[in-house]
Amino acid sequence: MSGPEVLVVGGGLHGLSAAFHLARRGRRVRVLEAGHLARHASGFSAGGVRTLGRHPAEIPLALEALDLWHRIGELVGEDCGFRASGQVKVAESAADLTVLEERAAALRAGGYTHEEVVDAAGLRRLLPAVAPHVVGGMVARRDGFASPYRTSLAFGRAARALGAEIVEGARVIAAGRRGGLWHLRTADGAEHAAPVLVNAAGAWGARLARHIGETIPLGFNAFMMMLTARMPAFVTPVVGATSRPISFKQAETGQVMIGGGHKGVGSLDTGATALDVERLAYSARTALELFPVLAETRIVHAWAGIEGVTPDDLPVIGASGLHDGVIHAFGFCGHGFELGPVVGDIVAQLATQGFTNRPIAAFAPGRFGGPAGAGTGAALPQPAG
Amino acid sequence: MRDYDLAVTGAGPAGMAAAMEAASLGLSVLVLDEQPAPGGQVFRAVEAAGCDPALAGEFLDAGAALARDFRAALHPGGEVEYSPRSTLWHVDIATGVISVLREGASEEIRVSRLLLATGAQERPVPIPGWTLPGAMGAGAAQILLKTAGAVPQGPLVIAGQGPLTWLLAVQLLRAGAGPVTLLETGGKGALWDAFRAGGLWTGRRLLTKGLALVREAKRRGLKVVRGVRELRAEGEGRVQRVRWAGGEMACDTLLLHEGVIPSTHVSRALGLEHRWDEAQRCWRPVLDEWGATSHGLVAVAGDGGGIGGWEAATATGRIAAIDAARRLGRLPEAEAERRAAPHRARLAAALALRPFLDRLYAPAPEVLVPRDDATIVCRCEEITAGQVREAARLGATGPNQAKAYLRAGMGPCQGRMCGTTVAALIAAERGIPIGEAGALRPRAPFKPLTVGELAALPLETVA
Ligand SMILES: Cc1cc2nc3c(=O)[nH]c(=O)nc-3n(C[C@H](O)[C@H](O)[C@H](O)COP(=O)(O)OP(=O)(O)OC[C@H]3O[C@@H](n4cnc5c(N)ncnc54)[C@H](O)[C@@H]3O)c2cc1C
Ligand SMILES: Cc1cc2nc3c(=O)[nH]c(=O)nc-3n(C[C@H](O)[C@H](O)[C@H](O)COP(=O)(O)OP(=O)(O)OC[C@H]3O[C@@H](n4cnc5c(N)ncnc54)[C@H](O)[C@@H]3O)c2cc1C
Repeated sequence: MSGPEVLVVGGGLHGLSAAFHLARRGRRVRVLEAGHLARHASGFSAGGVRTLGRHPAEIPLALEALDLWHRIGELVGEDCGFRASGQVKVAESAADLTVLEERAAALRAGGYTHEEVVDAAGLRRLLPAVAPHVVGGMVARRDGFASPYRTSLAFGRAARALGAEIVEGARVIAAGRRGGLWHLRTADGAEHAAPVLVNAAGAWGARLARHIGETIPLGFNAFMMMLTARMPAFVTPVVGATSRPISFKQAETGQVMIGGGHKGVGSLDTGATALDVERLAYSARTALELFPVLAETRIVHAWAGIEGVTPDDLPVIGASGLHDGVIHAFGFCGHGFELGPVVGDIVAQLATQGFTNRPIAAFAPGRFGGPAGAGTGAALPQPAG
Repeated sequence: MRDYDLAVTGAGPAGMAAAMEAASLGLSVLVLDEQPAPGGQVFRAVEAAGCDPALAGEFLDAGAALARDFRAALHPGGEVEYSPRSTLWHVDIATGVISVLREGASEEIRVSRLLLATGAQERPVPIPGWTLPGAMGAGAAQILLKTAGAVPQGPLVIAGQGPLTWLLAVQLLRAGAGPVTLLETGGKGALWDAFRAGGLWTGRRLLTKGLALVREAKRRGLKVVRGVRELRAEGEGRVQRVRWAGGEMACDTLLLHEGVIPSTHVSRALGLEHRWDEAQRCWRPVLDEWGATSHGLVAVAGDGGGIGGWEAATATGRIAAIDAARRLGRLPEAEAERRAAPHRARLAAALALRPFLDRLYAPAPEVLVPRDDATIVCRCEEITAGQVREAARLGATGPNQAKAYLRAGMGPCQGRMCGTTVAALIAAERGIPIGEAGALRPRAPFKPLTVGELAALPLETVA
């Protein structure tokens, strides 16, 4: 059998979705994952399927992805735990409500109707247990949540079923182009080559880019999450707030998941994360202020997951400005789960036809104007597992 | 922020011994324990239970003496501070800041060294029907006996194996429970295999103690069935009978026990190196001869480092405390060696019988890997052995992936009850050794705390 046509670095949701969409188009694709599938952001994610409150540049992609989520079972052969519970952003003050109303007006002007403002009474119909100080909110009714790990594995399984190869424990430590092919070497000494390279290495994406001479600014955060013991159902939609970071939902099991942007400690070199207890306490306080019923509920798990973050809080999606045959899709800034089903299709379009009909200019790898160079060629430090 | 040379988690034999040794070496020591009084598992509530005849014997005398000495080390202005009803729920391993929950409030404390003396837990025994009301771990029954003097009424079956089954049978019979039957699950050849492990002469004192227990149990009317296989609990809404290959028996209470395993919850959550111990069929932290782990902040003493019993626990506690003083520059190297020598000798004597016991009481393969797909493995999320096997077929390569997939280990017990079984099931399904499937990596909080308790943490740095 002949070798792969596309090599994907990274077995998170984005690498696996790219592999799936490429395999659907009949391409021979091989995914190289340093650890095991969904070992990082895609396994630790809160799994919010949210169009609500997206940056305008992300809205078209987010809405298209949402349609895919609503028929995810047809796409990848399992429902991925997707529930269209809706998502709500609460306004905790008149000022918050003004912010939401202005946003809704701006969206309407742009032709979008997926976000609606609700008043205090309307909000309480959606969130009967919310604290008294909440004065209203904004709702996206078709939004929801899904199970991140199951989703990632489902994309991986569907890709395999269509002939994709997925190699776990394959850490890419060197990359270079020779004779029209990208040659990748993994830590175990294996060599892989293909005309097209997809960089879906998540928080490590910029390291791979720099290795081949492309500078893309990327930091990372170790976003923290908490999960409680089961409690009687008291909230259906996923809940966020307008002026402070919180994301909150109750799963069908009755367990509540609290997250939303507070950062722990992480290391790109080891892939390890640790909690910041004070910030975690801060999240607990916010959750409690919004839902006083939580006070006596026990927290049974807390964790942090590493995710790449760019200076403008938008992902890097697009063909390399420097090299032929390189497509980047990484750095989703804490909101890339929802986009997973569609970004893989964009990557597949770029890899097979060289262009996409989706608006991705805002995500161009070259938008930060970083210097291009000959490539460091230096060792590529990567996560431990 | 309060600040100590050494924080000891656990006031069982290991923790108490470590605290006393460290204090005598001039270290400032904080001892945390969730329980209201010192004693740990083996000497739980020993100060209160002192005159209960059901529990009487060498154990109580030794335990009471240990607790008395420990209390004496707590004299006002002394170097040991004992904090009962206090739970260690998080460790920032990079900075040495630990988070402790006490009486509804959480506190952060800075420590130069952390000793985990968190003891053992019972090995989960996932047989069909083990989640029925009326079925419980033998240890849970012993805890009730020790703390509440509670004696189950009606026909009672203890099923499993290990020294604790005999001890518990005697304790229950003395307390007036009955009729009591012991269904021993050990294999027929185990005794001969065990003899070959040796250690019987060095361990003769413990062995004699064990034989005395067996004699007393029989004298008090314990009925014993040996070679029991394929055990299952049955009943409508609660346990009404047990069945095994070739027999059945009615009972109101079923106490299951297949030995104890190190409680490695905290040490695994901290990401310390662990290995699968094939002889004891459990995970244990990798330790040097001082009890030091793979991380410079943390040591482990007592049964949490490997099952050795309470006498071994006191020896390892003292050795780890000596090492703490040495590392903190309070004790020269040679002096540390000299001080540790007698404790090493005691440790060797206490462990002499271990290989014999490990072989004699090795759990049957079906205890680690339930055969029946319908058997519940994760009690919190009601996940069956069949579901775990299915997850392994769908790509879960170890217990951490199974957790993400099935939520096994995401419930209130945080994987204490299912972690090992899930790893063993996946290993069996994928045809790899358990060590390769890996240990479940638990997450903080090590013990659940409420949203309100966490929210009440004083915030020093976050705006
Ligand atoms: C705690 C948390 C909560 C979140 N909540 C939400 C949410 O509610 N909604 C939402 O939309 N998004 C959310 N996100 C974001 C979302 O999960 C991520 O955007 C998404 O999972 C990113 O997927 P990825 O494939 O780009 O990255 P990853 O899943 O991190 O995958 C990258 C992979 O690349 C591998 N890799 C790196 N370097 C190499 C190499 N050299 N060789 C081989 N492999 C390599 C890594 O091992 C890793 O598996 C959350 C993220 C976190 C951390
Ligand atoms: C259920 C059970 C019953 C047993 N009964 C007997 C018996 O009757 N006779 C016998 O010889 N051996 C018995 N054993 C074995 C016995 O536990 C050990 O040999 C001995 O107690 C070990 O001493 P240790 O100091 O290592 O731990 P332990 O005595 O177990 O002490 C550990 C202490 O740590 C505390 N702790 C754990 N985690 C935390 C935390 N996160 N924060 C604060 N505190 C914490 C616990 O509350 C406990 O008090 C029993 C074991 C179990 C599991």
